Amino acid sequence: MLAKRIIPCLDVKDGRVVKGVNFVNLRDAGDPVELAALYDREGADEIVFLDISASNEGRATMIEVVKQTAGEIAIPFTVGGGISQVDDMKRILRAGADKIGINTAAVLNPALISDGARRFGSQCIVVAVDAKYNELWGEWEVYTHGGRKPSGIKALDWVKEAESRGAGEILLTSMDADGTKDGFDLPLTSAVSSLVGIPVIASGGAGKTSDFYDVFTEGKADAALAATIFHYKEISVPDLKQDLKSKGVEIR
Amino acid sequence: MAIAIVDYGMGNLHSVSKAVQRLGFEGIVTGDADIILGADGVLLPGVGAFGDAMEHLRETGLDAVVRQAAASGKPLLGICLGMQLLFSESEEHGKNEGLGILPGSAVRFKGGEGFKVPHMGWNRLEFLQPNSPLLAGLKEGHVYFVHSYHVLPERKDDLVAVTDYGHPVTAIVGRDNVFGMQFHPEKSGELGMALLRNFLSLAKGSENSKG
Repeated sequence: MLAKRIIPCLDVKDGRVVKGVNFVNLRDAGDPVELAALYDREGADEIVFLDISASNEGRATMIEVVKQTAGEIAIPFTVGGGISQVDDMKRILRAGADKIGINTAAVLNPALISDGARRFGSQCIVVAVDAKYNELWGEWEVYTHGGRKPSGIKALDWVKEAESRGAGEILLTSMDADGTKDGFDLPLTSAVSSLVGIPVIASGGAGKTSDFYDVFTEGKADAALAATIFHYKEISVPDLKQDLKSKGVEIR
Repeated sequence: MAIAIVDYGMGNLHSVSKAVQRLGFEGIVTGDADIILGADGVLLPGVGAFGDAMEHLRETGLDAVVRQAAASGKPLLGICLGMQLLFSESEEHGKNEGLGILPGSAVRFKGGEGFKVPHMGWNRLEFLQPNSPLLAGLKEGHVYFVHSYHVLPERKDDLVAVTDYGHPVTAIVGRDNVFGMQFHPEKSGELGMALLRNFLSLAKGSENSKG
C-alpha cells in the first residue's frame, strides 16, 4: 500500500519565501532551502516550490535555490511556476528537482506535456490544474494565469487529456475552496481521482486535521498539499501524520 | 575513502552525489574506468529506459567496468534503474539484455484496480533478511519509489527486502558485495539515508581490509 503524502508548498519570489511564513525557530524564515529542510526533518513527504518571480533574474535565482535544496533535503521536490518550454524543464531537473509542475503553458500548448514526458519520463511531469465550478455548465472549468482567466475548458476533460499526453500526476487546486479553510473540495477531488489512473494531489481549503482525513478517504486523493496552515503552525506535519495514522490512514 | 558514482549519461546524479557527501564520504561522479576500479565502492544510479541505459553502458565500455568492479569484490550498489541493470534482462520496450551480474529479469507492472503504474510514492519495506549488512540497526519503514518495471530475481535468497503493491515487489537485493535498491535512498528521508550509510560503511570496511 502506498502511503498518502503530505506536501507543504512554498511560494518563492526572487529566491525568497514570500507568503505566510511564521517560523521562529529558523535563522532565516525567508530562505526556501532552510524551510524545505525543516519540513523534511518534520516528516513532510515531498515539497513543492511555486516560483512566482516575474523577472528573468528571479527565475535564475530559483535555479540556485533548486541546486542548494537538492543538497539539503532527502525527499522529492517539485518546482512549478512560469515553466513554458522543455528547455526550462531541463534546466530545473538538471539542477536537482525531481518533478516539474506546469499549468498555464500546458493549457496553451498541450504538446508541452507530451514533449516533457517523452524527454524526461512521465514521473517528472506534474500538470497543475486550477479549477472552479461553473454554474452554467454544472461542472468545473479550468482557469489559467494564476486563476485569473477562464479557459472555457472542462476540468474533467482536461485532466483526462493531460493523462493521455503522459502527465505523471495531477496537482488539483480548487479555486472555490482555496483560502476558505473550510476543507478540500471533495466532490471535485473525488471526480478527478475516479477519472484518471495517475496520482492526484489535492490542494486548496485545508484548515484542520480532519480535512486531510476527508480528502484521503472521501476525496480519494493520493496526496494533499497546503501552505499557510503549515507555515503558521496551525497544523504541524508530525501531529497531522500521527492523527491520520491513528485513524488508519497509511502514512509514512 | 572514495565512492565512484558511475556517469553513463542517464539522468541526474546530483542528488545521489550530494547524499554521499552529506554522509561524509567523497563521491566522485565519473565515467573513467580507472577511477571506478580504484574506488572503495561503486554506485550505479540511473533513471530512464533500460535499453538506452545498456546502450550507453556498452558504448562507453562501462558495462565491462561495472562487471569487473562487481567481480573484484568491492561493494557495488545499483539504484532504481541501476538495480535493474544488474540483472540478466528486461522486457522494457522488447527484450533487452542487462549486465547479468545477478540472475533475473525486470518485468512491467500489470497495474489494475487501485494499483497505478508507475508505482510512485512512499511504500513500506518488509525485511526478508534482517541480518543483511544493509539493514543493520534499521527498522522497517517507508521509502520512495518511482518505477514501472520491477525485478523478479531467479534466486529467492537474493531478496533482502520487498514492498507490497498488490503483490510482493523486489525492493532490496543483495549477494556478497553486490546490492540493489529499487527505490531512491537519496530521496527516502532518514531511512533512505541510513540504508545508504550502511552501504557506504561496507565500502569503508573493504578499504580497511586492503590493509
